[in-house]
Amino acid sequence: MSAFLRRFARNRGAVVGAVLLVLVIGMALFAPLLFPGSPWDMAGAPFQPPGEDGMLLGTDSLGRDVAAGIAYGAQVSLIVGAVSTAVALLIGVALGAVAGYLGGWADDAIMRFTEFFQTIPSFVLAILLVAIFTPSIASIIVAIAVVSWPPVTRVVRAEFLSLRNREFVQAAEVLGKRPLAIVLTDILPNALSPIIVLASLMTATAILLESSLSFLGLGDPNMMSWGFLIGSGRSVIRLAWWMSVFPGLAIFLTVLALNLVGEGLSDALNPRLRKRGAAH
Amino acid sequence: MSLLEVSGLTVALPPGGDRPNAVEGIDLTLDAGEILCVVGESGSGKSMTANATMRLLAPGLAVRSGSIRFDGRDLLRLPEEEMRRLRGARLAMIFQEPMTALNPLMRVGDQIAEALRVHGAGNDAARRVPELLEAVNLPDPRAIARSHPFRLSGGQRQRVMIAMALALEPALLIADEPTTALDVTTQKQILTLIREIQQRRGTGVMFITHDFGVVAEIADRVAVMQRGRIVEQGPAAQVLNRPEHPYTRALIAAVPQGHAAARPARSVSTETILQLSGVRKTYHRAGGWFGKGVAVPAVADADLVLHRGETLGVVGESGSGKSTLARCVIRLVTPEQGEILFGGTDLRPLSRNAWMPYRRQIQMVFQDPFASLNPRRTVGEAIAEGPITHGVPRDTALAKARELLSLVQLPPEAMNRYPHEFSGGQRQRIGIARALAMEPQLLIADEPVSALDVSVQAQVLALLTDLRERLGLTMLFITHDLRVAAEICDRVAVMQRGRIVEQGPTEQVFRSPRHPYTKALLDSVPGRGWVPPVAHGIDLAKSE
Amino acid sequence: MDASRLPGFLLRRLLKSALVIVAIAICNFLLIHAAPGDPASVIAGQSGSADPQFMEQLRHQFGLDRPLHVQLGIYLRDVLTLDLGFSHRQQMPVATLILDRLPATLLLTGAAFLLAVSGGVALGALAARRAGTWADSAITALALTFYATPLFWVGLMLVLLFSVQLEWLPSFGMSDPGLDLHGPALWWDVAQHLVLPALTLGLFYLAVYARLTRATMLEVADQDFVKTARAKGVPEGRILRAHILRNALLPVITFAGIQAGQLIGGSILVETVFAWPGIGRLAFDALLARDYAVLLGVFFCTSVMVIVLNLATDLLYAVVDPRVEVTG
Repeated sequence: MSAFLRRFARNRGAVVGAVLLVLVIGMALFAPLLFPGSPWDMAGAPFQPPGEDGMLLGTDSLGRDVAAGIAYGAQVSLIVGAVSTAVALLIGVALGAVAGYLGGWADDAIMRFTEFFQTIPSFVLAILLVAIFTPSIASIIVAIAVVSWPPVTRVVRAEFLSLRNREFVQAAEVLGKRPLAIVLTDILPNALSPIIVLASLMTATAILLESSLSFLGLGDPNMMSWGFLIGSGRSVIRLAWWMSVFPGLAIFLTVLALNLVGEGLSDALNPRLRKRGAAH
Repeated sequence: MSLLEVSGLTVALPPGGDRPNAVEGIDLTLDAGEILCVVGESGSGKSMTANATMRLLAPGLAVRSGSIRFDGRDLLRLPEEEMRRLRGARLAMIFQEPMTALNPLMRVGDQIAEALRVHGAGNDAARRVPELLEAVNLPDPRAIARSHPFRLSGGQRQRVMIAMALALEPALLIADEPTTALDVTTQKQILTLIREIQQRRGTGVMFITHDFGVVAEIADRVAVMQRGRIVEQGPAAQVLNRPEHPYTRALIAAVPQGHAAARPARSVSTETILQLSGVRKTYHRAGGWFGKGVAVPAVADADLVLHRGETLGVVGESGSGKSTLARCVIRLVTPEQGEILFGGTDLRPLSRNAWMPYRRQIQMVFQDPFASLNPRRTVGEAIAEGPITHGVPRDTALAKARELLSLVQLPPEAMNRYPHEFSGGQRQRIGIARALAMEPQLLIADEPVSALDVSVQAQVLALLTDLRERLGLTMLFITHDLRVAAEICDRVAVMQRGRIVEQGPTEQVFRSPRHPYTKALLDSVPGRGWVPPVAHGIDLAKSE
Repeated sequence: MDASRLPGFLLRRLLKSALVIVAIAICNFLLIHAAPGDPASVIAGQSGSADPQFMEQLRHQFGLDRPLHVQLGIYLRDVLTLDLGFSHRQQMPVATLILDRLPATLLLTGAAFLLAVSGGVALGALAARRAGTWADSAITALALTFYATPLFWVGLMLVLLFSVQLEWLPSFGMSDPGLDLHGPALWWDVAQHLVLPALTLGLFYLAVYARLTRATMLEVADQDFVKTARAKGVPEGRILRAHILRNALLPVITFAGIQAGQLIGGSILVETVFAWPGIGRLAFDALLARDYAVLLGVFFCTSVMVIVLNLATDLLYAVVDPRVEVTG
């Protein structure tokens, strides 16, 4: 474990990403303390530029505090990112494991199904799902999960396929271990690294997707989100640039942090690859 | 003046390696028309020497000192562009892996033509390419020239590589283990080809190998490397038959003798423990959505008998079906036909559950010591896992595992360590201990020593020989190496394209083979004519 | 692959594509029926204003009073004859609405795609060639930045900079409606309007391709056949072009096929930001009006576009890689 941390810490970008991520999580957790009261309430005069009237990041067209909106928006982004990734992992790992371990017709069927989902333009499907099932945090999470599991299935299947034919798995079979025990103790632990790396990148993509949906007006109407803030600032961008700029920066930094952490995890979990890359 | 003179060559390893220099103080000479074999075990620095000569060292490796004089010029001091013009024209190289050494997207004729073109001889390409392919004995050179590499077999690709290397008639050919990835019969053909071309053109050849049989087959002179240094160098006859350095002697002593007659026949019982009749396994390669599938027979109507206490060798080249046959016996593969009688019960139709009791009685040792242990489980867990699965209490199983470690000559501390902390030979011992923990009657060994260096190979073979006596094991021993089979097997079965073409007592099969394929196999064993001198008083166990 | 095997390959891929199109139509049908409430109100749009007589007419038209499998049959027949339904909001057939908007979207996505592939491969190749230098670090950092930025925000920031601050480029629509332009003048005007949307949409994918190209080139550079080429004295420039780049482009082609859907999805955001009159903008308007018939039509139509693009990349791959028939 400590060797893992050391390798992770050697990647400076990853450390920066981890710090950023901790800050965003802290902001989400402490939003009610930092900005008591609802982010939807009027806090000052409309269209106040940053720094004036005690508003660090200015106010929007209805006099709401942009900074408060960003702090509360972090909650939605993180919840949607984490939960939809978890759901997508659940679907993807299960399907990928079955396809890779069983092979044969099960593999064929699952891969055709996965290919089909990869063919569908995922963002259009997500829009359709949220629109038809009415926008709410639950429908957003489901929609994002539905469009993000296929890569997981592919990665897990490839890992399982290669591990399945590895001699130590055959040895376990020869010892008489049950298939489920082999999957859980021999295959899955060795397939975990790429899944972990993928999870961090998927969370980043999910946050981007959520912000895109809420930018289009498909956010949960009861929850403040970054995409909604930018969407409402869009039409008045000539008048109040800060309404669009700051929430966008929040998305950028969060997504960047997750990508950096993902790269750090990838380096730390696959020391071999890192060495090869460094040799060039 | 020699064609090639390497003196005092030292190549540094990147910091953090197991030694400061990959090779140190190398002195070599090579004359035109001569074959110099550089021989050593993995990690000895022999390939590094070859790559340094071509100035193709991987990034991160740097020549620290020394010179490499070729035709009187020091290659290490040439400007890069001048070195490039020498490569392919005056110095050429062929590699170990023919499967990956050719660009998969380019027709092989174009790849040979490219070698001509980049040295300004592109105008001749249309005429020269078929000529070259013909010179390396490839049938229908024009068709081959138009093929992409994936259509050719490993042996054919290696011939293409040789044709490409010889395109501009270089003065020096460097061959880095060019036959290691090939089957013995193909190896024999490639060795003959290299020898023939070299004699016809007077090329100097630096031949890198780990196999003393190959050395005996082809070398004029030999240099033996150990841990980055040359420990002995001289004419082939002298080094092979009167080795002076202790390391050379140890290596030669470890070479499997390949002479079954030299070993006293063992007495085995006549009780049949395993009987295979008419076993058949066909693989179906899927043809995609609408394509036709292809049926590939892997094992066809195999009949075998194995007596208690006996070791039966199954020998054959890659793709002969020997591994599939072993996997049929242990139900890693389900054959579609035939009988597998073990102690009188047919194992083939049994369900997974009905198989469970037999998992204790039949066990397996695998080929690849790096892939056969779960990297995330400790050695103790790996060994105790089988018995625990079958209901043995954890404490008992772990205690037994500790005993087994000492049986395979590993320290008890190994229990709590992970596989990556061990060498290949040690891991293979762990694999043997894992199989023995089940107290099997029948042990299937699938190429258990072919991934190991020759000295380690000798140790593991000795261990297996010792264990089978002590524990009364019956063994089914799969190998591609006839010398190894001769060393350990009481009887052998020879497989070719899924069929057993000949079987009988080892001595009889090797001394008077009846089937033409067996004869061809025996003829191809490298260094057939060489009888290694018997070394005395050398403790191999220390060299691992 | 051999040219002689191409027709068979093409036929198999076409059949497969046809099956996928049917599957997407079924998917559409299920979505209509999975939506909460009456399918008729989904088709009409949940306005609440639709009068009962109209709803009854809809029910009859779509056979909603008949068993589900009959409805599916009717729906499939309609879709496969390119009847994508009727938008009661816009009082126009959905197919007509989409076809009107298609050229604008094709122009935008095509331009963005060209920018992304050419720029991405060039930058990725440069980064791989200079791996470990400042140029590599700069390109990698730039790619990471674009990769982490939401498309619509990049669009807004470009508007802020180039339209609001510098006043260099137009930020709205496809051409200036105030001027009655024709011929080259019109094309020039459209080109100016195209710059910012295409840049917005292209930059993200440019980042993706740059990262991918860099990674695969480094991987290919490590392979044995590159060493073979070096050993026969091939100059470095030719090794890069003829050996490394050609092999490294294979994953890029595969990825381009997979990415096609994302690119079209992204165009919804970009067309919304820049009021570009394509099907993305159509989808956004339909979204605001809860005009589900149009949304479903856009979904179907974009899926078909992706399938066509996948077919094209499959063919391209088969032409480039001789091994295809063995693995496919």
